[in-house]
Amino acid sequence: MLDAIGVPSIEALFDRQIPEAVRLRRSLGLPDGRPEQDVFAHLRELAHRNVSAEDELSFLGAGMYDHYVPALIDMLMERSEFLTPYTPYQPEISQGGLQVMFEYQTAISELTALPVANASVYEGPSAVAAAGYLAKLHNGGGRFVVSAGLHPHSIETLRTQAHGYGMEVVEVPLRDGVTDPEAWVAAIDGECSAAIFAQPNFYGAVEDAAALSAAAKESGNPVVIAQVDPITLGILAPPGECGVDVAVGEGQPLGNRLDFGGPSFGFFAAREEYLRRMPGRIAGETTDVDGRRGFVLTLQTREQHIRREKATSNICTAQALNALGGVVYLTWLGRRGIVELGELLLARTHYAREKLCALDGVEPLHTQPVIREFAVRLDGDVAAVKRRCAAQGVNPGVNLEWITGREEDRGGLLVAITEQRSRADIDRLAEVLGAAVAASDQRSASEAAVAV
Amino acid sequence: MSPTTTNELPLQRERATTIFEKGAPGRRAFVCPEWDVPQVNGEALPERFRRREPPGLPEVSEPEIVRHYVGLSKRNFDLDSGFYPLGSCTMKHNPRLHERVAALPGHARLHPLQDPERAQGALELMWNLQQALAEISGLPHVSLQPSAGSHGELAGVLLTRAYHEASDERRHKVLTPDTSHGTNPATVTMAGLEVVKVATNPDGGVDLDDLRAKADADVACLMLTNPNTLGLFDRNIEEIARVVHGVGATLYYDGANLNAVMGLSRPGDMGFDIVHFNLHKSFTQPHGGGGPGSGPIAVSDRIAPFLPRPLVVRREDGAFDLDFDREQSIGRLRGFQGNYGCFVRSYAYICSLGGDGLRDASETAVLNANYLLARLREQGVAEYLPLAYGDLCLHEFVLSGGPMKKALGIKTLDLAKRLLDHGFHPPTVYFPLLVEEALMIEPTETECKETLDAFADAIAEILREAAEEGPEIAQNAPYTTPVRRLDEVGAAKQPVIRQAL
Repeated sequence: MLDAIGVPSIEALFDRQIPEAVRLRRSLGLPDGRPEQDVFAHLRELAHRNVSAEDELSFLGAGMYDHYVPALIDMLMERSEFLTPYTPYQPEISQGGLQVMFEYQTAISELTALPVANASVYEGPSAVAAAGYLAKLHNGGGRFVVSAGLHPHSIETLRTQAHGYGMEVVEVPLRDGVTDPEAWVAAIDGECSAAIFAQPNFYGAVEDAAALSAAAKESGNPVVIAQVDPITLGILAPPGECGVDVAVGEGQPLGNRLDFGGPSFGFFAAREEYLRRMPGRIAGETTDVDGRRGFVLTLQTREQHIRREKATSNICTAQALNALGGVVYLTWLGRRGIVELGELLLARTHYAREKLCALDGVEPLHTQPVIREFAVRLDGDVAAVKRRCAAQGVNPGVNLEWITGREEDRGGLLVAITEQRSRADIDRLAEVLGAAVAASDQRSASEAAVAV
Repeated sequence: MSPTTTNELPLQRERATTIFEKGAPGRRAFVCPEWDVPQVNGEALPERFRRREPPGLPEVSEPEIVRHYVGLSKRNFDLDSGFYPLGSCTMKHNPRLHERVAALPGHARLHPLQDPERAQGALELMWNLQQALAEISGLPHVSLQPSAGSHGELAGVLLTRAYHEASDERRHKVLTPDTSHGTNPATVTMAGLEVVKVATNPDGGVDLDDLRAKADADVACLMLTNPNTLGLFDRNIEEIARVVHGVGATLYYDGANLNAVMGLSRPGDMGFDIVHFNLHKSFTQPHGGGGPGSGPIAVSDRIAPFLPRPLVVRREDGAFDLDFDREQSIGRLRGFQGNYGCFVRSYAYICSLGGDGLRDASETAVLNANYLLARLREQGVAEYLPLAYGDLCLHEFVLSGGPMKKALGIKTLDLAKRLLDHGFHPPTVYFPLLVEEALMIEPTETECKETLDAFADAIAEILREAAEEGPEIAQNAPYTTPVRRLDEVGAAKQPVIRQAL
């Protein structure tokens, strides 16, 4: 090979092209390479030092959930033909992937009751930021108004990006767990580019989405954006029927693993008028020269590789493999399954909320309807309570203050229910949590006694 | 047999039918878990919040789902099936060990909000990966958070902005060469800054005079890929760094082409302040048909205070933790801690290869590219597809199809489509934009000599066929794929982007 090139050594290829001053003349300071079985053993050892949903009874949620992933999804996502291709730039040999995108877009459109959806973006919070950027391109307004019920990661991601293009982000507080309608209306005026809320919100409460959308449209002309939890859309009124313009969200609940936070996918659906400002890839139907039905990436003149600095976004990733998991999951659930699953989550979540709130030292953080997650306030230090529960093999939920940093969330615990948590599991949670909170009481009582 | 038949092949007979057109009412795969709690009454979820009609999802059985998607998979070309010399995309082998370790429950079922003290294995893995990426790039501080290369770029430009703002400077221009990836200018606009293009010199590098003319106190940053999208290392990199730093701007490294220089040359040593990695390119995260990816960034000391939060840190007692308490941070770019599943795979790759193995990978990638270039310079090819710039290349090279179009009447697109009939994925085409009828070829270290030879032979055969039998064969290609050339213009004119139900 070197003879064909006409150089004496591989070294010469670099010597002739890279200036000596910027050559690295030593080995990289990394451990030596190891055989496959050693690397497997090392990665397994690291895995063993994590406490996963396999190892404890977990009620963690707040954006990602331990739903059951059916076996056929693993099988399909591991197929070489889906796992190893690049973006489908050559449609004639990428019809499988392109059709999956088309089906995925159809499923998201159905789920959200919005007519157009893209082939997915990175994940939930950055999808919210991408929707904000769409609004900015659409109306050039000067401010984003967000409900404090939006996921804190979404709010922060939006702020990070909005700072770049000089947009202010104004937060509207909650009242008894849902967006305060008066403050919402007061914050929205003609300068508001987008009004953004979550359904259900970060604290598990079901918002009056139709009322929020209508109020936003009456007080200004913002793009109304909702971050929605896809698993609830079998029973909750879909954003498209609530006056929402753009619906986005985290796709992980749909057949994707927890993976300590990613990769998953973000979905992005909108009313027709926003189609040409959407970020990311979009698959479209067409025909080949012989008239056969086929699929291509379409509306590419929005995109960075054609439009460069005039592109509607820099996003060129569709989380195609994760979105495959999503559409297969929705197909597996089917038209009736997604309703049945939603009803089961609703009933178990209610059972769990009642059960926990009957405990001494546990009260609801709000009394709004909930579907798959709810917030309570503990009489005691949440971190200490969680440690006591952990010793019993139970992870009772997310310490709210740790995530939001809000003082009013002190003592707050966010408890998520999936179909993998049975009534018996919930009863066990109540038993362990009750004891852990009681131990806090006793401790503070004895501390008080000592102080006296 | 010359694959030129227009008779319908068996794989073309089956018409595309979506899953929404299959099944029948009442069919199902999902069986709901036992209803073990009391029914709820109407107050639990008031009627006005309820969905009236279930979403129009398919009603199909599990065997139908499996047949449907396995059938679709067979209509995809993939890296495991054949050569994929897509320039700038680094289509290297994806070891199956990585899928196995990523699927271990301790990684795959780990919740992102698990308390850090109960996720020590994951945080240690992330810490180790950060250390490795710092060493490979020569830049000491790493955030793994960005989800893709373009996301890393956005982080980089926002970091640059924050860096200048901290010293009360408002700089609004970002320089990018005209050979840059489209994501560079698109990112600059998203970050609220303005793109200024820098010309390319006759050697394919940055035009220094143009750079000096445009580098002023309004410039926030120069975004550069090195080796660049022509596969050429910019020999003036030290002078470029001097000019850019001389006006107080930062130097940003687009890591798309890192596969050329791992263990051989480091962006930090070249003077770069910020670099993004594409774990899905150099570090073998499978591309998944367009994602997931992962785009960590590494930065110099002066940029470090602004990195996204949280950062994975190691406490004095040796425990790993997430550090949220970072006052000058640009903030989050996404939820949670990044695409951990990608970190597991790329970390496994780095453990397998080690420092010297990574250098071997880059050396082999560069050897393969130059060998393929040499083969494509043989008689009967070079006159139609000359190298656009330079003499040698690093991990990839760009040919111009201009002479081929003039002499043989076939465009780069035709050549690409005809390659499909030969069982190869075509190179990247029509990029970079400054090369007429560009073909950008990146073989990676994965391929053996026999594959490279077969690809060169196929190119030669297509050119011979066009010269001797006429251009129509290539112009109407492909013939052997599940569908033939598709009407992309029509698709964009009247977009149909979902199945009508």
